[in-house]
Amino acid sequence: MAFRSSTVAPKNRGDRWGLLYVSPFFFIFGIFGLLPILFTVYVSFFHWDPLAGHNYIGLDNFRNLFTDPYFYRAVRNTFSIFLISFVPQTILALLLANFLANPHLKFKVFWRTILLVPWVTSILSVAIIFSELFGQNYGMVNVAMHYLGLSHIGIHDVNWVGQTIPSHIAISSMIIYRNLGYASLIYLASMLAIPRDLYESASLDGASKLQQFRYVTIPQLKNTLTFMLIVGTIGGLQTFLEPLTYGGVQGGDSRQFSTLALYLYEQIIINNKFGYAAAIGVAITILTVIISGVNFLVTRRISGGES
Amino acid sequence: MSPLLEWFTGPRTGKKRRKVSRTSYIALSVFAFLSIFPLYWLFVVASNSNTEISKIPPSLVPGPNFLKELKAVYAAVPLTNALVNTAVIALIVAVCQVFFCTMAGYAYAKLAFPGKSASLVVIIGTMMLPAQLGIVVLYIMMANFFHWINDFKAIVIPSMIGAFGVFWMRQIIDAQVPNELLEAAKIDGGKNFRIYRSVVVPIILPSALVLGLFSFLGTWNDFLWPSLVLNSPKRFTIQVAVNQLNGTYTVDYALKMCGAFMATLPLLVLFVFVGRRLVTGIMDGAVKG
Repeated sequence: MAFRSSTVAPKNRGDRWGLLYVSPFFFIFGIFGLLPILFTVYVSFFHWDPLAGHNYIGLDNFRNLFTDPYFYRAVRNTFSIFLISFVPQTILALLLANFLANPHLKFKVFWRTILLVPWVTSILSVAIIFSELFGQNYGMVNVAMHYLGLSHIGIHDVNWVGQTIPSHIAISSMIIYRNLGYASLIYLASMLAIPRDLYESASLDGASKLQQFRYVTIPQLKNTLTFMLIVGTIGGLQTFLEPLTYGGVQGGDSRQFSTLALYLYEQIIINNKFGYAAAIGVAITILTVIISGVNFLVTRRISGGES
Repeated sequence: MSPLLEWFTGPRTGKKRRKVSRTSYIALSVFAFLSIFPLYWLFVVASNSNTEISKIPPSLVPGPNFLKELKAVYAAVPLTNALVNTAVIALIVAVCQVFFCTMAGYAYAKLAFPGKSASLVVIIGTMMLPAQLGIVVLYIMMANFFHWINDFKAIVIPSMIGAFGVFWMRQIIDAQVPNELLEAAKIDGGKNFRIYRSVVVPIILPSALVLGLFSFLGTWNDFLWPSLVLNSPKRFTIQVAVNQLNGTYTVDYALKMCGAFMATLPLLVLFVFVGRRLVTGIMDGAVKG
């Protein structure tokens, strides 16, 4: 880009500097970020086989999607895994953050750091470890449940892979394991920003610790909760590598834990149906937007009205 | 209150009331244990024979078989190759992300240019889209247009920038670099790029390094995209190589776990040095309120 610096007015010169700073970003972002996203909608109107070529089929991919039982199973599994991971994770993270936020806590840095260790581990490694821990015969989880006496109430040798809900719990535990520390730190940062006098006046009014948590902390975390819910939804609808590692590209023998993103991957890797994969991508996006919108409204409600 | 409950929560009244309840320390210890145990267990399985792991109760201490398993991993996949590939790719991506995202973030925080707010909305919008959305077309582009299949360019070039990085650096620069400082530098006759380099960059360097760490970790741990565009074993990244050990037909846990351990070990070593900085970085970047 050439500059005729002698002829431009100072104000325009500022404009051009700004453009210069963002242009490398825009160049790469445009080609590798925006273009594929926009073009995906186009590809979803085609029967697109990377080897055999492509032809226009209108809305057929979407029509097929709406009558595809595997698609609905993937939708069900995706939401089930999202709920089983996100709800406990949020409760545990708020609890841990509440402990970490205590100004008198000893070894603050130690606790914060050690809780973050799982977050640097790859999803693949976590999934491999947990697949072993949830093994049916010799898996640590079943052995531990045996020694905790759960076999006396009829819970033993759980088939953590073959059964639908147990498999969702196993996959959710991988997600929680990797994300809990990160989520706790986000809530902690937010809690530390709450003015302390709010707690002092609540305490003077006779509010218990639990009441303070419910009526001071939670409303003050409104924006953070909304943010985490939206980020969690986006992440939850992309769940892919945990089920893939846990039970192959179909997500278990009877697709009991196949997810939307895994189903998309299957279309690319196994079936060469790129148009159908693009249609699934569009469907994931539409679902993400709808759920995020609903979540946004609901959290506003729960965490106390006005913005 | 029962004595047991009192032991957990501390006495309710009097001077002796604890400022931090025992429950806090117990809960934190439990979760610290849960954070570390699976990684310890990873090494236990990786260093034991399969029979040792499948007895009841399973062996809880590391065994003597680690080197044997490591040899088996090497026989199955070119591990050193994969580790070097991944380290180089992740380092290049991290450096590029820091360079381009701080520059663009600076423009969004402090400079005026046409289309500024509209393009920022687009950037934030793409952050809300699932990563898998563009992947089909991106693959078609790499295969049919750029011919970058089995080429590291397919991984490095699209990840040199990131919507998250630009948005994050914008927030950081907005919060950490005062306008008065920039005005003063301008009055002193600083050229625009000089101001950026000698005023802005030193202030935001710690946060920019955290962005670099995020990018490094993200690239090191990425699986989906590398597994699509890299299919010759010589070109594998570490995650793709480890996934090869996870074939559906093997139940060789020791082998898989040994591979996963080798993929994780470098990050754990890195974490010893940068863990604290990551914690502050994450907390600084968090949405407050």
